[in-house]
Amino acid sequence: MRQEADSAVLPVAATRPRASRRLLTSDQAIAIALVAPSIVAIAVFVYGFIGRTAYISLVRWNDIAPDYTFVGLTNYIRLMDVERFQIDLKNTLVFTVTFIILCLAVGLLLAMLLDQRIRFEAVFRTIFIFPLAISFIVTGVAWRWLETPSSGINLLFDAVGLDFLMNGWFTDPNIGILGVVLAAFWQMSGYVMALYLAGLRGISEDVREAARVDGATEWQSFWHVIFPLLHPITLTAVIILGHISLKIFDLTVSMTGPGPGFATDVPSLFMYQTTFFGSRFSQGAAIAMVLLLLVSILIVPYLIYNARNEVQR
Amino acid sequence: MSARVVASGRRWRAVSVRPGRIAIYVTLVIFALFYLMPVYVLLVTGLKSFTEVTLDRMWALPEGFSLDSFRDAWLGNAQTAIPGIARNFWNTILLTVPATIISAILGSVNGYVLSKWKFRGADVLFPVILFGMFIPYQAVLIPLVQTMQVLGLYGSIPGLVFVHVVYGIPITTLIFRNYYATVPGELVEAARIDGAGILGVYRQIILPLSWPGFVVVVIWQFTSIWNEFLFAIVLTSNPQVQPIMVALNNLAGSYSVQWNIQMAGALMAALPTLLVYILLGRFFLRGLLAGSLKG
Repeated sequence: MRQEADSAVLPVAATRPRASRRLLTSDQAIAIALVAPSIVAIAVFVYGFIGRTAYISLVRWNDIAPDYTFVGLTNYIRLMDVERFQIDLKNTLVFTVTFIILCLAVGLLLAMLLDQRIRFEAVFRTIFIFPLAISFIVTGVAWRWLETPSSGINLLFDAVGLDFLMNGWFTDPNIGILGVVLAAFWQMSGYVMALYLAGLRGISEDVREAARVDGATEWQSFWHVIFPLLHPITLTAVIILGHISLKIFDLTVSMTGPGPGFATDVPSLFMYQTTFFGSRFSQGAAIAMVLLLLVSILIVPYLIYNARNEVQR
Repeated sequence: MSARVVASGRRWRAVSVRPGRIAIYVTLVIFALFYLMPVYVLLVTGLKSFTEVTLDRMWALPEGFSLDSFRDAWLGNAQTAIPGIARNFWNTILLTVPATIISAILGSVNGYVLSKWKFRGADVLFPVILFGMFIPYQAVLIPLVQTMQVLGLYGSIPGLVFVHVVYGIPITTLIFRNYYATVPGELVEAARIDGAGILGVYRQIILPLSWPGFVVVVIWQFTSIWNEFLFAIVLTSNPQVQPIMVALNNLAGSYSVQWNIQMAGALMAALPTLLVYILLGRFFLRGLLAGSLKG
């Protein structure tokens, strides 16, 4: 069929280059027209709106009535003095670090275990991953009860003699944010497991065999051969988990709200309440910009790195 | 020789790692129980009657089989002033279905152009579009609310559809672009030599091959839009219009509502996406992995 097509165009081969170039240009025009609506939408609703939010963060609109008096960085400077925001930044840091470490460790462990020719592998996999299909709101509702101090997990601990583990969970001002981390971990660790499992399945048996022939123990061959091959996956997981945890909102809202002494408060929730309950729009915009900055520090280098890699390929 | 090494390696494992295998299964089962724990609590509590639900008997099985909590959470109960979530469930269907379909079509077209008809600057444009799926939406919320008010779309389901379509562009474009990258360029070239233009190639070559991409994107968008909360709560204030997750959050947030009704409501709100996952898990997983850029 292919040959037939080739021979059909052969007689006009002399005129083809020009014709196809013209065809290309009109097709290129259609190509641009096809993506234009999306490009315009992203330009306006992502970049334009970010610019607008940045602008609002630099004016004095801290009441219901808009006030576009330029005040420079005043909103940011004031924000840094707000105790709630300081707690929020600390919470975000604690949340992000513990959440990522927990998910990576357990995700990798479960992937390695499932990679050992396990019976009922599909059943286990399904159970580990299903929380991803659920809304953070549902997760929050369920975990709020599981972490109720006089009920839930504490009852289980008590029943099996682990009562020293009983604690106030998200109601404890000191460790509250870790209670939310636990729920987020429950929801997202299956994702890391799936990533690592896909990665492990992509490593050829030859590579593992080579390590074994070299006399490496299972552990050595994992640590020196397999794990380095999984580094790109670890990077991806850190980026995805990191941007989710920096932005975490739904889960905190449905599970705890700001918590006692802002123990479970996060910038996204502070922004929401400041803006839409407090009507302090410029202040809210400043919080949003700080949040965007944090996410960008994580995401932008990764996007550039990815794009470069692709061009090289 | 290597075959023998493999064989002896296997035998060695089979004989001496037995206790290890047991440990593996025990670990897996413990984690499985951990992941299933909230489901157990949701189910058991939802099936209990009002008088049966107490903090200290949270883990106990229900004495009878009562669907009253589900009925109250769904339809509401005038006596106890519980708002039902049935209406909001319906709102979310009206929101999710069109938004999913439109963004899948947009994603397919974008992905096609950005993988097979790269114009100058397309490779720079792509990460610029992708950035939109990582941003904290707080950074666009204030202008978004203003714009929706100006457009007369604030507080309406069509408004939410619009917003989800726009902010769904990066992920749907990404998934389709990665998917179409696996379609051999020779197929496209052959069709072009046959005289097909950009639209012809799409119709004749790309679209017939697209269904797995569509399944992945539709599942992804359906799940994320169904579960979405921030846009929903900021852009709709009328309880009659609010999507399911806002309604569930309200139901669970009011202290007058009993645990059994909250849990029943949560279970019903989670059911559609859970069903999709159970029925189409393979594609769900593929979307999940595609969402991590590499595809």
